[in-house]
Amino acid sequence: MRLTVNGSEVEVSSEADTPLLWVLRDELKLVGTKYGCGIAQCGACTVHLDGRAIRSCVTPVSAVADKQIQTIEGQATEAGLSPVQLAWLETDVAQCGYCQSGQIMAATALLASNPNPSDAEIDAAMAGNVCRCGTYPRIRKAVHLAASLMSEEHSA
Amino acid sequence: MSEIPTAGSMSRRRFVQSGGALLFAAQCPISLSRKVHAGGNGAMMNSFVRIDPNNVITMLANNSEFGNGAYTVMSMMLAEELDVDYRSIALEAAPTTLEYYSPLFREYLTAGSVTTGSTFIPMRTAGAKARAMLLEAASRDWQLPPDELATENGTVTHAASGRSSTYGELLEVIHRFDIQPPETVALKDPSQFKILGKPARRYEGVGKVDGTAQFGIDIKLPGMLYGAIARPPVYGGSVIDFDATEALAMPGVVKAKAIRAGVVVLADSYWRAQKARAKLKINWDRGVNDGVSSEQFYADYRALADTPGMLAEDIGDALGALDAAEAKDRVVEATYEMPLLAHATLEPMNCIAHVEGDTCTIWSGTQYQSNDQEVISRFLGIPQQNVTIHRPLMGGSFGRRSSKKADYTVEAVEAAMGESVPVQIIWSREEDIRSGHYRPLFVHKLRGSVDEAGMPEAWHQVAVGQSLMQGTKHDPAYMVRGMDIYSLDGCLQEPFGVFPYGTSYQIPNHRVESHNAPKKGIVPQEWRSVAHTHTGIAYECFLDELAEKGGIDPLELRLRLTKDHARMNRVLNVLKEKSDWGKPLAPGRGRGVASRIYNISPVAQVVEVTVAENGDFSVDRVVCVLDCGFAVNPLGVEGQVEGGLAYGLGGVAFGNIDIVNGEVQQSNFHDYPVMRLPQMPKVEVYILPSDEPPTGIGEQATTPIAPAVANALFNATGRRVRRFPLSSQGFNLV
Ligand code: FES
Ligand code: FES
Repeated sequence: MRLTVNGSEVEVSSEADTPLLWVLRDELKLVGTKYGCGIAQCGACTVHLDGRAIRSCVTPVSAVADKQIQTIEGQATEAGLSPVQLAWLETDVAQCGYCQSGQIMAATALLASNPNPSDAEIDAAMAGNVCRCGTYPRIRKAVHLAASLMSEEHSA
Repeated sequence: MSEIPTAGSMSRRRFVQSGGALLFAAQCPISLSRKVHAGGNGAMMNSFVRIDPNNVITMLANNSEFGNGAYTVMSMMLAEELDVDYRSIALEAAPTTLEYYSPLFREYLTAGSVTTGSTFIPMRTAGAKARAMLLEAASRDWQLPPDELATENGTVTHAASGRSSTYGELLEVIHRFDIQPPETVALKDPSQFKILGKPARRYEGVGKVDGTAQFGIDIKLPGMLYGAIARPPVYGGSVIDFDATEALAMPGVVKAKAIRAGVVVLADSYWRAQKARAKLKINWDRGVNDGVSSEQFYADYRALADTPGMLAEDIGDALGALDAAEAKDRVVEATYEMPLLAHATLEPMNCIAHVEGDTCTIWSGTQYQSNDQEVISRFLGIPQQNVTIHRPLMGGSFGRRSSKKADYTVEAVEAAMGESVPVQIIWSREEDIRSGHYRPLFVHKLRGSVDEAGMPEAWHQVAVGQSLMQGTKHDPAYMVRGMDIYSLDGCLQEPFGVFPYGTSYQIPNHRVESHNAPKKGIVPQEWRSVAHTHTGIAYECFLDELAEKGGIDPLELRLRLTKDHARMNRVLNVLKEKSDWGKPLAPGRGRGVASRIYNISPVAQVVEVTVAENGDFSVDRVVCVLDCGFAVNPLGVEGQVEGGLAYGLGGVAFGNIDIVNGEVQQSNFHDYPVMRLPQMPKVEVYILPSDEPPTGIGEQATTPIAPAVANALFNATGRRVRRFPLSSQGFNLV
C-alpha cells in the first residue's frame, strides 16, 4: 500500500485493518502522533487527512491510501516552525507535552477553516482533544495568537 | 472544509522577524532530543555538571520531568550561578546512584512537590562551584587576580585586557593545574538574579511542539518486541491456563507466555500484539478480590467510622464540648464519601526492558528510579548496580509513576526474561483505567460545633480508608502508632510526624481519629496532592457547614481561624480582594472558598459557578492566591496552578471508579470522563511575593478546588453534596 505522508510517498506493509496511528508509529517511526485512548475519545492521535483533522487511532490504513496525510512532523519546514507551533511555544502551552501534537494538529485544522475563531468556537472545535495536564487556558490563548500571527502574515 | 495552509505556504523567517513578540521562538534552543545525545567526552565538574571541550554544558538531572517543570527550574538554577543561558544547557537523566538521591527522601524520587525546594541550593551550588573552578583556571592561566575576571554566556572574560576563554577551552587549564572543586562557595544574592524569579518558558518546550520530544512509548530499539498483556478481570487474579493457538497464528506474533501480571503476547508491532491478545483463551483464577465492590467499601467504612479509631490528634476536649453543645443545638454532623480515582495520564504506562545475563536495562518514564532499581534487583536476584535505568520524558504522572510496587516496570522485566531482545510493554487505556492503582476510597465522618459567637468550637473527624504506607518500606516514617499520617495530611491542626505543618486553622477543641480499612481489591496510590484529595473535601466542606451553622461568612470565618498563621492570613486577605468576595451574584450563581496547606505552601481559591435548573453547572471563574515562597519560575507556577486545579476539578466533577464483583466497571474516557476545554474555567493566579525559600507548587492548586466548587454549588443552590463525584449527585459540569 502506498501512502503520502507529509508530502512524501511511502510504501507500507501493515495489514489493511491496522489503524493509521500504528502504521505511523510502528512502521514509519513517526512517533510524534500519540496513542491516548484508541477509541476516538482523546485526540492525541490527531493528524490531517486532505487537510481535515481526523483520529488516526480509528482510521484503518486502507482508508487513507491516495490521500494526503499530514502529521506533526510535517508542520515545521526548513524555514522554521509553523505559526501554530510558534504560538504554542510563545504561550508556553506544553506541560508534559504528550497531548500537544494532537492539540496543534487540531488547532491548525481549525484555523484553516476559521481564521479568527471565538473562544466558544475554539472550545467546540477542540473539545475532543484531552489534556490531562490542564493546559487549556494557554491552548485558548495560543490559538488566538496563532490566528493573529497568520493574519499578520497574510497581510504582510 | 478548505485546505489547510501547507507548512511551506508562508515564509517562517520573515514571520519570526515581523513578530516582535516572538523573541523566544526566534531564539529557540536546539530541541531536547538532540541535546540528550550531545556531548559525552567532557569533564565532570561535579555530580551535576559536565563541560565538554566544545563548550557544551550538560546538566545531570536527578528529578523527573512529567510536565512538572523540573527540567526548567533545575536548568535555571544551574544557569543562574554558571552565567549561561538555561536553554543552552544540555541535559541527561542522572543515573540511579546514591549521589543523585534526593537529600530529602534519601531515595531517587520525584514526588511531593519538593523538586524546586529541594534542588534550589544543590543545583545552584553545583553551578557556582563549577564557575569557581573556571575562574580559578583563567586566573592562573592568565596570571590575573580572580576579582578582575567576569563570567558571561559560557565565557570567562577580562575586561581590561580583552582576554576571554570559553568554559570548554578552560578545561585543559583545569587539568594542567589540577584544579579541584572548592569546599564551599558563595551563592548569588537574590538581588543579583538574572534568571531566577523571572518568567521562563519550558526548557524542553521546542520538542513538545515539533513532535520530537521523546516519551517512553516512543522509544524504538533494534530488534525490540512489543508486548500486550491480557490482565485478570479482577485485580490480583492469576492465570490457570491458556490457549494461544489462534493468537500465535496471527502475523508478526512471536510468543505468548504467562507472567504474574497475566498473559503477555509478544509481536513485532504493538497493534499486532494487541490484536492477537484479543484471541487468547484464558482460564482465570479470580483470586482473593473476587466479590469486592466499591459500594461494600462505602458500607464497611461508614460502619467503621461509627467506631472509635486510632487517636491522631486530641486538642482540648472535643468530645466534651460537642456533648455540651448538643443541648444548645449548636452541633452539625456529616459524612463525606470520596470514590476511587484513576490517574489516567495521557501517555499510558509503558516500559522497555532488556535482560542480559545478570544485568537488566530499562527505559521507563518513572518518578521513582531507586525503587524501580530495588524491585527489579530483588525480582531478578541481581545486584542493584546491575540495573540500569534510562528515564525519558513522561506524558503525565500525577503520582501513578511512583508506584512502590513498580508494577508496570517489573512486569516488563518479567516479559523480557528469556528473550534475546528488548521488550516494550504498552498499556492500553482500558488497562490503565482498570489497573487497580487508585486514589483510595475514603469516608470521613465529622461532628462539629460552634460557640455563642458562631465560631467553630469543637471538631471531631474520623477518617477511614486504605493506607498508602502500611506494610510498605515507608512504614517506619509514615506509620505513627499504626496510623498512616500521610493519609491524614490536611486534617490535622498541628504539625505531626514528618509533616511540618498543620491546617493553618485554630479550633480550640480538635480531635481526629483514623481507621486503616482492610487492604483489598485495589492498590492505594498517591494521586496529585495525595490525602488532600479527600481530607480537603471533608475538611473544607464541613467548615462551610459550620460557617452556615454559626451564621458567619465562610471567607471571614477562615480569616478569623488563621489569624495566628500570618502566611495563610495574607493569602486569604488578598483572595478576598481579588475575588470580589461579597459582591452580589445573579440568581443561579454561587461562590465558594477553600484554603489549604500542602507541603508548606498556603493556597486558597474562590470559585464562581452558574447552575441550571437541571443541575448542569459551569465553573466560570477561579481566583487562586498562593504563597510558594520565592517563585523560581512564575510562568511555570502559573501553569502548575492552572493544570493542578483542572486535574482536581475533573476529579471532583466526574472522577469515579466503580468496582462490582471485583471488576472495575470503567474502561476508557467515555465512561471515565476527564476535563475538556469547554469545561475549563477562567483562572486568575496571584503569586504573593516572598523571600522565603521556595516550596511546592505542583500539587497545591489541586487541594482547594474540589471543596471550593462544592461550596459554591451550595451557595448557588442550598444543596450540600456529601458523596462524590458531583455528577453522581445530579450536578454535571458542562
Ligand atoms: S488515541 Fe485516537 S482519539 Fe485517543
Ligand atoms: S500537556 Fe500533558 S496531557 Fe496535555
